[in-house]
Amino acid sequence: MTDNSTKAKVEKGLARRRRNELIFRSAGMLATTVGVLFLGVFFFTLIQNGSSAFQQSFVLVDLEFSEDILAPDGELDLEYANFDAIPRNALRAKFPDVTSRSERRELNRLLSISAGYIARDMIEDDPELLGQTVQVWVPAASTVDMLLKGNIDREIVESLRPISDKQIAWVDELVSNERVRKQFNTALFTNGDSREPELAGIRGALMGSFYMLLVTVVLSLPIGAAAAIYLEELAPKNKWADLIEVNINNLAAVPSIVFGLLGLSIFVNWASLPRSAPLVGGLVLALLTLPVIIIASRAAIKAVPPSIREAALGLGASKMQVVFHHVLPLALPGMLTGTIIGMSRALGESAPLLMIGMVAFIVDVPQGLSDPATALPVQIYLWADSPERAFAERTSAAIIVLLGFLLLMNLTAVIIRKRMERKW
Amino acid sequence: MSERSAIDDQPAQGASGITPPAPVQESALVNAIADKPDSSATDGEFKTVGEYRCQNPYLVAENVDVHYGSNHAIKNVSLEIGKKEVIALIGPSGCGKSTFLRCLNRMNDSIESAVVSGDIRLDGEDIYSKSLDPVVLRARVGIVFQKPNPFPKSIYDNVAYGPRIHGLAADRAELDEIVHSSLERAGLLEEVKDRLDDPGTGLSGGQQQRLCIARTIAINPEVILMDEPCSALDPIATAKVEDLMDQLAQEYSIVIVTHSMQQAARVSRRVAYFHLGHLIEVNDTDTVFTNPEHKLTEDYITGRIG
Repeated sequence: MTDNSTKAKVEKGLARRRRNELIFRSAGMLATTVGVLFLGVFFFTLIQNGSSAFQQSFVLVDLEFSEDILAPDGELDLEYANFDAIPRNALRAKFPDVTSRSERRELNRLLSISAGYIARDMIEDDPELLGQTVQVWVPAASTVDMLLKGNIDREIVESLRPISDKQIAWVDELVSNERVRKQFNTALFTNGDSREPELAGIRGALMGSFYMLLVTVVLSLPIGAAAAIYLEELAPKNKWADLIEVNINNLAAVPSIVFGLLGLSIFVNWASLPRSAPLVGGLVLALLTLPVIIIASRAAIKAVPPSIREAALGLGASKMQVVFHHVLPLALPGMLTGTIIGMSRALGESAPLLMIGMVAFIVDVPQGLSDPATALPVQIYLWADSPERAFAERTSAAIIVLLGFLLLMNLTAVIIRKRMERKW
Repeated sequence: MSERSAIDDQPAQGASGITPPAPVQESALVNAIADKPDSSATDGEFKTVGEYRCQNPYLVAENVDVHYGSNHAIKNVSLEIGKKEVIALIGPSGCGKSTFLRCLNRMNDSIESAVVSGDIRLDGEDIYSKSLDPVVLRARVGIVFQKPNPFPKSIYDNVAYGPRIHGLAADRAELDEIVHSSLERAGLLEEVKDRLDDPGTGLSGGQQQRLCIARTIAINPEVILMDEPCSALDPIATAKVEDLMDQLAQEYSIVIVTHSMQQAARVSRRVAYFHLGHLIEVNDTDTVFTNPEHKLTEDYITGRIG
């Protein structure tokens, strides 16, 4: 065998080829590892910061529904009675040596301002309580909560802390008397936004997002599907079709804030639709997701084998029968997957909503499409902007909830694809 | 350049000639035609040899031209297809036989660049007239494709689809009857009668093709077009489909495109040989395979043109 044989030539280059393969493979592995690492760090910090928000500190107080406060004129006065005094008195009874006015005020600040409302709701529900004393767990103020969760450094100078030395001492005493405990933070899921972190919840934002996505899916799915079917199956393939295709692809890449400006000028200013309403938000997000849905739907329709169309046409099916009997059922999983992915993009959008006023501080949970509302990502933005330490963990908690929904939607898309995918 | 040198460039092949090599060059055709003593025509005004007319014509194509954009795929083809006749269209790949077949029930409508001119009449009616809905035409002229393409639905729904969209059955019982008789005539009933609700795509290739034939005859067409119906099937399945064609020929006109000359010889009464868009020769099957009139036909059936 001479050195000129094919075998010799191939073998000569073999080591180099193997080396290149190895480099290629290692580079791929490195890239994947870096990606997974970043994701891991992201989830780790998020859960580390956010998980504590799902717990909230509560203080056990003996609420005395004294007639002196609630019924000064002998009759229960639900309107003007000083309900705040009930939990305050309860707390003061525990610390009898607190006398001065400023100390009392500091003591009052250990409890959430919602304690008074709790007392009011209790007596409203059951007027029989008048004159009785009941043990109730009421939410602690967010500063106390932060102290107990270790988010406030006890060692730093008092003036730099949101909680004073005396308050710390009282909290420690309550803790040693087992009058403080942590409970699941239901307020986070049942309340709207609030200035008080311990009362702030994502319910309002969730409902806002829900109404918005409802409008979005109702508009963009039928319009997107119809447009995709027309462009793919019926429209003549000429330069106009090409132009439309290029523009749809471009539209999918337009920054979302531009859609927000469009929505502001057309829906809010020109059509006079209500500001901050999920209706307008949904319209804007529908515009935003439409190109995504059209592109995904067209790809799904394209993937239907032409032999199926020919078979139906050959039997004498009309164009519409071909589409509705054969193409659409086969393209549906892909179209739905595209829609869900479009929806999850819409769920995560915040920039266009800022433009149409959905960034307002709204306490009430929206009850309909035209109520002022905010959305989950905007709520995250608002909380991230708040100075209170307790909002930081709530921001992370809200992000966890948002990611949970996104995960759920993408999982649904995968399941739909796997379940409905048909082989031919 | 003699015709011999032009054609000897093609690799010699067995008589089966199923695997088509690259089609011969246009120049070869022109030379071949020019050298043929009984053909005085040039490329532009070529005349089919043999007899393109038939007794009792039912589907008649006159001077049909098809252009795909700038590509002239069918050149002035005239062919008559008789009632209850099996005619085979043969020729090398790219010769336009499938294109011609698809003109006969306007399947080319869905190809945008395709322009069909000329005159095609079904039972005296112009099938390209504006007043004729292709839906009606395709219910009268059914087609079976090269690759079995059952719908991803049950066997029953596959066969019932045509009758359903055309409203051929008054009630469920009548539809059942149509499905059963169609499957029976397609020779598939025995094999599938216990699993009519199973997907049609789960059948074997040969069964799928017979299902497609059952689907086509369920609407009781007048003409059945078959575009290489056995090219994806094994010999046993092919034999079954060919038997089926013999039976169907009692009731329907059948136009079959095939690459297998044995198949053409077995199933057809007449054979039309296409070459580079021209219809070269139409004759009785026996004549074509034993004593072809045209040199190109001879070269093809003896395997000198793939």
